[in-house]
Amino acid sequence: MSAIKIEHITKTYDKGNVTALNDISLEVAKGELFGLIGPDGAGKSSLFRILTTLLIADKGTATVDGFDVVKDYKQIRGCVGYMPGKFSLYQDLTVEENLTFFASLFGTSISENYDLIKDIYVQIEPFKTRRAGKLSGGMKQKLALCCALIHKPTVLFLDEPTTGVDAVSRKEFWEMLKRLKEQQITIMVSTPYMDEANLCERIALIQNGELLSVDTPEKIVASYPQQLYAVKADNMHKILNDVRFYENLQSVYAFGEYLHTTFKNDEAQIESKLTAYLQQKNNSGIEIKKIEPTIEDSFIRLMTEASLIKQH
Amino acid sequence: MKQFLVFVRKEFYHVFRDKRTLLILFGLPIMQILLFGFALTSEIKNAKIVVVDYSKDASTQKIITKIAASSYFTIEHNILSYDDMDKAFKQGKIKCAIVFPSSFNEDLKHTNKASIQIIADASDPNTARTLTNYLISIISNYQAEINANVQVPYQIQPELRMLYNPELNGSMNFIPGVIALVLMIICTTLTSVSIVKEKELGTMEILLVSPFKPLYVILSKVIPFLALSFIDLIVILLLSNYVLGVPIRGNIFLLLMESTLFIITCLSLGLLISTVTNSQQTAMLISMMGMMLPTILFTGFLFPLENMPLPLQIISNVVPSRWYYYVVKAVMLKGLGLQAVWKQTLILLGMCFFLLTVSFRNFKIRLA
Repeated sequence: MSAIKIEHITKTYDKGNVTALNDISLEVAKGELFGLIGPDGAGKSSLFRILTTLLIADKGTATVDGFDVVKDYKQIRGCVGYMPGKFSLYQDLTVEENLTFFASLFGTSISENYDLIKDIYVQIEPFKTRRAGKLSGGMKQKLALCCALIHKPTVLFLDEPTTGVDAVSRKEFWEMLKRLKEQQITIMVSTPYMDEANLCERIALIQNGELLSVDTPEKIVASYPQQLYAVKADNMHKILNDVRFYENLQSVYAFGEYLHTTFKNDEAQIESKLTAYLQQKNNSGIEIKKIEPTIEDSFIRLMTEASLIKQH
Repeated sequence: MKQFLVFVRKEFYHVFRDKRTLLILFGLPIMQILLFGFALTSEIKNAKIVVVDYSKDASTQKIITKIAASSYFTIEHNILSYDDMDKAFKQGKIKCAIVFPSSFNEDLKHTNKASIQIIADASDPNTARTLTNYLISIISNYQAEINANVQVPYQIQPELRMLYNPELNGSMNFIPGVIALVLMIICTTLTSVSIVKEKELGTMEILLVSPFKPLYVILSKVIPFLALSFIDLIVILLLSNYVLGVPIRGNIFLLLMESTLFIITCLSLGLLISTVTNSQQTAMLISMMGMMLPTILFTGFLFPLENMPLPLQIISNVVPSRWYYYVVKAVMLKGLGLQAVWKQTLILLGMCFFLLTVSFRNFKIRLA
């Protein structure tokens, strides 16, 4: 039995004028670390709220731990852990008071499940008498995670847990998730950061309420159909404009200090041909090389394709 | 049960750590009581008066001293001319003037009849009437004194008796009204804001995704405010008794029970407001502005309900404070028992039950 099973879920707001989720179906296995990747407004939070029984979908069904999200909402509320996108703890209570409160809310105590949160809690324990509102972003997230974990949930829903958190804390946060996975807790995590996608076992890419792809990060990368080239020159602004008008071009976008490009006809001498074209346009310091696509390249391709299909 | 207690404790933390809540909770009632008790009374105290004394003799002096001794008047200064007095009236410096003719003492002694002119600024007719009445009573008091030695037949002395409030203490009428007003505002505002706050901060999302029953969420919000409002009530009663000198004539236990009923009614109203709003500002606006005006208008302590047009009188029936005000007046000031207020108590009970049911039904177990 899968931990989360979503079947044809559709959710609209504003009396059907705004579609947040459009016919979404996916499954998450028990003990899996599943990532939901997508830009802001893609529908990630809506999906989380449907799964945590806070919203009712217009169409479709979903189960969490075998319980129906509408009928058996009481059972689900007892067994899942949920960390909303916005920091949602009591800012005027101290770290310890927050944790105690949430522990007793779920009918347990800190000492009962201390093993589960120990790794995380030791980091914030020195500040346990500090009010939650006065913690740094990373600390707040750790506390929120502790609070979501304190009742030993079977499924953990983390809605954008690393948004607004510094790079070091983000890395630590993901390491914690990996350790939690070892405890057989199913984790569904959403993030707008594509670099975090590689840290999940399987990911779903979501855009405008539609799933673009659901697979392991490796397979998504491997499914990239073309050779990808990185292009660089002294004047990046100029070269971007010039490459755009190259006849054989399929796509180009800025990626770090390079331009990532693909071509319609993947000919053998494409590098020399492009160099000649760019030199003719007075670009200097030209560098072209073949590269392996990253997960982000795959997403950009999938997203462009999806929006092209929509336009037509 | 333990969950419930922890929740209630959490609510107390919220209250005691938020200065704004504390200020509303304890600052507002104390301020209102003192304001209404001292500043906003309909009594006239220290009205400015001038004396134009052309006679300047022993009897006029005695009358002037009597006037000066009363707490109602402050003698501004003795003006000699009529013109000066006229000027002072026009400038609004004085409310009242008293003129003794030059022959005052002689007339009194020889003809047994003298006249005094009392002039009042009647642009405010109520004040003018009250002031002249005060002056007349002071003068007749003097008259009685000088008549004590003389045998005067057939003297008719009207004897006034002010029921329930013989000292004509203005605070008396206000206190029950202020208690009703303060409890109404505080209970509705604080409850509605505290629930909406959870929605606004997103903590309601976590509370809902927990095995804790939504009904308990409501109850654990209400209980701390019930306790705190009760403390408020005690503070108000102590203040009005010891500072403003308003006695509690009836059964204090009955008064507290009726007040608890009223507090629960207001808390339910706050709950109802919280179920229909999503931001603290809206909740605050509805419960403060939206409740303040009807409470002030339709409770009857500032504007007598009997004088209102019929439609407004009908509307006033749905304002809970109106019934509570009646109960407090009856129990606290007149010392009546439950048999005198059972009807009002039943109405309050009904309102309370209705509001609680509606807000429980309206409480959303999901978002949106």
